[in-house]
Amino acid sequence: MSNSDVPDVDVPDFDVVVVGAGPAGSAAALELARAGRSVCLLERGPYPGSKNMYGGVIYGRVLDSLIPNWWEEAPIQRWVTRRSTMLMTGNQALTVDYRSNTWGEAPYNGATAFRPDFDAWLAAKAEAAGAVLICSTTATGLLRDGQRVVGVRTDRPDGDLTARVVICCDGVNSFLAKEAGLYPPSDPANYTLGVKETIALPREVIDERFAVRGNHGVDIEILGCTGKVPGGGFLYTNAESLAVGLVLSLPELAKCGRRPEEILAELKSHPAIAPLIEGGEVKEYSAHMIPEAGYKMMPELIGDGILVAGDAAAMCLAAGIWLEGVNFAIGSGAAAGQAAARAVQRRDTSTAGLGDYRRRLEANFVMTDHRKLKDAPHLVMSDLAQQQLPRIACGVMEQLFTVTNPEPKPGLRKIIRSQMKLNNLKLRDAISQGVKALRTYG
Amino acid sequence: MSTDAYPEISFESRMSSVEFRVSEQAHITVDGKKCADCSTRGCITACPANLFVPTADGGILFNYELCFECGTCYMVCNEEGAITWSYPEGGHGVVFHSS
Ligand SMILES: Cc1cc2nc3c(=O)[nH]c(=O)nc-3n(C[C@H](O)[C@H](O)[C@H](O)COP(=O)(O)OP(=O)(O)OC[C@H]3O[C@@H](n4cnc5c(N)ncnc54)[C@H](O)[C@@H]3O)c2cc1C
Ligand code: SF4
Ligand code: SF4
Repeated sequence: MSNSDVPDVDVPDFDVVVVGAGPAGSAAALELARAGRSVCLLERGPYPGSKNMYGGVIYGRVLDSLIPNWWEEAPIQRWVTRRSTMLMTGNQALTVDYRSNTWGEAPYNGATAFRPDFDAWLAAKAEAAGAVLICSTTATGLLRDGQRVVGVRTDRPDGDLTARVVICCDGVNSFLAKEAGLYPPSDPANYTLGVKETIALPREVIDERFAVRGNHGVDIEILGCTGKVPGGGFLYTNAESLAVGLVLSLPELAKCGRRPEEILAELKSHPAIAPLIEGGEVKEYSAHMIPEAGYKMMPELIGDGILVAGDAAAMCLAAGIWLEGVNFAIGSGAAAGQAAARAVQRRDTSTAGLGDYRRRLEANFVMTDHRKLKDAPHLVMSDLAQQQLPRIACGVMEQLFTVTNPEPKPGLRKIIRSQMKLNNLKLRDAISQGVKALRTYG
Repeated sequence: MSTDAYPEISFESRMSSVEFRVSEQAHITVDGKKCADCSTRGCITACPANLFVPTADGGILFNYELCFECGTCYMVCNEEGAITWSYPEGGHGVVFHSS
């Protein structure tokens, strides 16, 4: 407010209003506060993180530059030192299991954490840097001057907040970005629903069942556990609980005639999963949407006086073996904060003045990864990956390890061919999909 | 395939594990008249909180109180204007603790 020499009745309440104190919003507010801008961080929940659920692993490398030695203080559950990918059918499971003890030492790789803990911690960092955090307040719309966004309306009495820039970090439904006209009409095929149970178990039981010690933990991604609905499953270890959940394609879920908790119950009773969760008690059930299609569904990121970051901009990376949204939210939120701070300082918060946001995203992992993996969400949701791959992989293993004496052992090539045939996969299609996968992930 | 060793919990006890600070004001309303014409009824299977209950006369009974605020229902809804959706007033609605 000191950046105007003449007293000005048009001086806004804040340089910037950030809507949503998830990881994107808190990272944006932190950068703005550090740059000396006045910033309000608005959250509709009673505390940051209270509305937020996810699978369970945060990849912290993006925090290194924001909060040095963050691992000494971040409220985490366990450091992930084992990552497994499981392909399953009704009664089979093939698991690729990788363990790295390097991931259990500073600077670490990923950690399980509860979002109500983690989000509140990150928001407190922004607050400590000077951001004004206001909880229990829902932004209900945008304030405009012509086309220009000049603030937000809230559900508090006299709750209008004016600002030079509004940063929408309001998550997957982002009504603000939609209201600003930055999104085309939404297509449910771009979204998935996540459901999850947090299941309480004693620490020692988890250590034994998952073969980990101390604060080390496990991340299991599962394919082939969602029936006819394209999607996937996950199982993560917290300190004294497990997170078991599913991600389900919206239109197919709506059509399939089965409810999410029924599909989840089937996963929980699978012979590869049931012994891991046995005796545990459901501590919390939760649900949330994911902007699954990533790059291909991203909105316009910049408007006159407005920026969009995190899930609000579909920046969650859902590419099968990777489900990363928190790190992309922090990366994009920080970039939005830096770009807004610069624009405010230069007194040009128009679309052009805020253009630095896109340049920053292009220069770091956010857009680079998303562009590179733009076909991955579609590939992962394809029939081949969802139905044929798990069945063929498990079928091959079954045949390979079933001893058929006195019949001689069949050759591997023959087994693969017979399994492909059994699952109606033509060699031609397998090769073309394989090439596509190599191009996407390569 | 479900075994007796790990009995599934009822939907009620599943939902009783979640804290809801229920607002007096409904944040979602459903126009049952529109639902009568709907052929897909995706909300019934997709809503994770199971809040859309079909009635005998072909309508839908809806109660907003135990809602995750996920957005699935308006996304899959077939009939323009059947669902009016917004977030609950600040500080109300679902509150997660260990998710
Ligand atoms: C089932 C599931 C599993 C996942 N697994 C992982 C994982 O293992 N690892 C990972 O990195 N990511 C994962 N993700 C993705 C990750 O959760 C998101 O990408 C991430 O939370 C996005 O952060 P954000 O800050 O953009 O949005 P959010 O975390 O959604 O935060 C948005 C915030 O804005 C607030 N808000 C919304 N509207 C308003 C309003 N109008 N007024 C005021 N406040 C408002 C909300 O209350 C919320 O606090 C998963 C997601 C799901 C659903
Ligand atoms: S999908 Fe929409 S119109 Fe159809 S029954 Fe559900 S709420 Fe009603
Ligand atoms: S927002 Fe989600 S939980 Fe709430 S009624 Fe709609 S689908 Fe159900």
